[in-house]
Amino acid sequence: MISPRRSLALLILSGAVRLAAAADFQPAIVYDFGGKNDRSFNQSASEGAERFKKDTGIAFREFEVTNAAQREQAMAQLARRGATIIVAVGFTQASAVEKVAKEFPAVKFTIIDAVVDLPNVQSVNFREQESSFLCGMAAAMASKTGKVGFVGGMDIPLIRKFALGYTEGAKYVNPAVEVFQNMTGTTPAAWGDPTKGAELAKSQIGRGADVIFHAAGNTGGGVMQAAKDAGKLSIGCDSNQDYLHPGSVLTSAVKRVDVAVYKAFTDEKNGTWKPGPVVLGLAEDGVGYSLDEYNRKVITPEMEARLNQARANIISGKIKVSEYKAQ
Amino acid sequence: METYTLIVLLLAATIRVATPLLLAAIAGMFSERSGIIDLGLEGKMLGAAFAAASVSAVTGSAWLGLGAGILTAVALALLIGFACITHRGNQVVAGMAVTIMVSGLGPTLGLAWFNLGGQTPQLDGPGQRFTELAWPWAEQARALPFPGLLYAELLGGHNLIVYLAAALVPFSAWVLYRTRFGLRLRAVGENPHAVDTAGISVNALRYQAVAISGVLCGVAGTYLSTAASAGFVRDMTAGKGYLALAALIFGKWRPWPTLGACLLFAFTDALATRLQGVALPIVGVIPVQFILALPYVLTVLLLAGFVGKAVAPKAIGVPYAKEK
Repeated sequence: MISPRRSLALLILSGAVRLAAAADFQPAIVYDFGGKNDRSFNQSASEGAERFKKDTGIAFREFEVTNAAQREQAMAQLARRGATIIVAVGFTQASAVEKVAKEFPAVKFTIIDAVVDLPNVQSVNFREQESSFLCGMAAAMASKTGKVGFVGGMDIPLIRKFALGYTEGAKYVNPAVEVFQNMTGTTPAAWGDPTKGAELAKSQIGRGADVIFHAAGNTGGGVMQAAKDAGKLSIGCDSNQDYLHPGSVLTSAVKRVDVAVYKAFTDEKNGTWKPGPVVLGLAEDGVGYSLDEYNRKVITPEMEARLNQARANIISGKIKVSEYKAQ
Repeated sequence: METYTLIVLLLAATIRVATPLLLAAIAGMFSERSGIIDLGLEGKMLGAAFAAASVSAVTGSAWLGLGAGILTAVALALLIGFACITHRGNQVVAGMAVTIMVSGLGPTLGLAWFNLGGQTPQLDGPGQRFTELAWPWAEQARALPFPGLLYAELLGGHNLIVYLAAALVPFSAWVLYRTRFGLRLRAVGENPHAVDTAGISVNALRYQAVAISGVLCGVAGTYLSTAASAGFVRDMTAGKGYLALAALIFGKWRPWPTLGACLLFAFTDALATRLQGVALPIVGVIPVQFILALPYVLTVLLLAGFVGKAVAPKAIGVPYAKEK
């Protein structure tokens, strides 16, 4: 039981905090498991935030979630400390965003890879199946054995989306191609187990795969290492990972989480941020495949031409890529 | 033919997965046989994995990494020893404390030194990792399915630590059952008063046992970060220390049965990896969730039904105090 006088003081205090919050713009970001240096999904988000800081000189607050209980606390804490916009990276944050967004209706939230239907939440999703399709094409074109692999992180619809797009892309090039699919696990720990990733990759290589695509965060590091050790090709995910093992990484299914983060911060700063769903695909340059000096040698001009053709066809709607729907 | 290749690859994977388990389980055996519960296996391995990856990243030598891994694990083991032997503290608490401390300390130091979010840099350079040793004529032998593939994949094609771990089983069995040190070690875990009466220092023996456990955990951790993968990531032991402890109990604190337990755990793990998405006769494709739970289900069933009574060393967990 709080005494009336104390509650009044609290009210004034929280009012003061609200005022201070409204007065200046303060961005914040909450990363998911794997951490901001996972060289993949979270790192991409972190790069967007860092770029915003460099361009505007405005510092941002950040938090790396290391256990599930921290999400809500971290977000509420950031909101209480006066963050005006909080970007939540990753689908696992959805329930925390839903709860905290209701609690702090004045704070704006952008969630990536999930949909939260609230008046102060923007939900950014990507059409990963489109970039996965292109990577599947690249894999099938580069494969000599006609067998390609896919290693997913946690077994969730999002990762199935990658797998389905990849399979369709590979079959588009070579209908007889064999695609091996493995998931690392069914808990968030599956994002951070490179030893298991390497083991899965080795098992696929043992069955004849010579190109392996991972959508597994940190676990993917093990996949790419195993592919390199065996002299095979791998395909990176989310961030451009071509530089990790030059010549052994065929390409990366780039997901521009950095652009989404950067845009959320900038829009909020300029007052143009809008709640509701945002979907980014090839047409919006939200996803794509990477081509740089590190993988120039493994992507032949013919492959490049075919990939760009397919890219244009997907954008125009000539090629339809199915989206995985959870039953 | 296809099946034969699959089986050989499955067994090769079993060996790779079993190596860190076996090293840790034998480490635990030395410690527990002397009467010290070794719940710090996980922490010692994790600390060694971090130290090995850090030193290898900085110096470019996997061997220096191994040295650092062993030193770190021995230091942690002696810390546990200091708490449990000298100060007669609770062994379970000391082991857990070290594990929890290391799981926080590793990433923290990593963040401070390398600024990569608690990871160490990727180990890419020549000599930074223990890579697979190609046996002579392995490539040519591969062409002959039998016994060429067996030779290339199962016997050869592993890294040095794997062979070291394999050699460790007969060696530790010899030490434990055929040497004076082994006899005393077993005695001190069963009846420390008798050992003391014979004029042998209980504490010195237990410190030696704990240090041996540290050395082996150091090798196990080094294997994880510089051989099985290329760098340290947070909590990369992923419960292997506890699994090793289960294997040790399963193996009734004896070297050969412990080897069997480790191989069984590793086999179910490797099998689970390979059964995913494969259509089996009669049942069809099994859901991923079931496959992933399989090793644990099997462990529970085996522990419950087939092993019989596992009798721990009598004096385990009891700090030794001389009669006053």
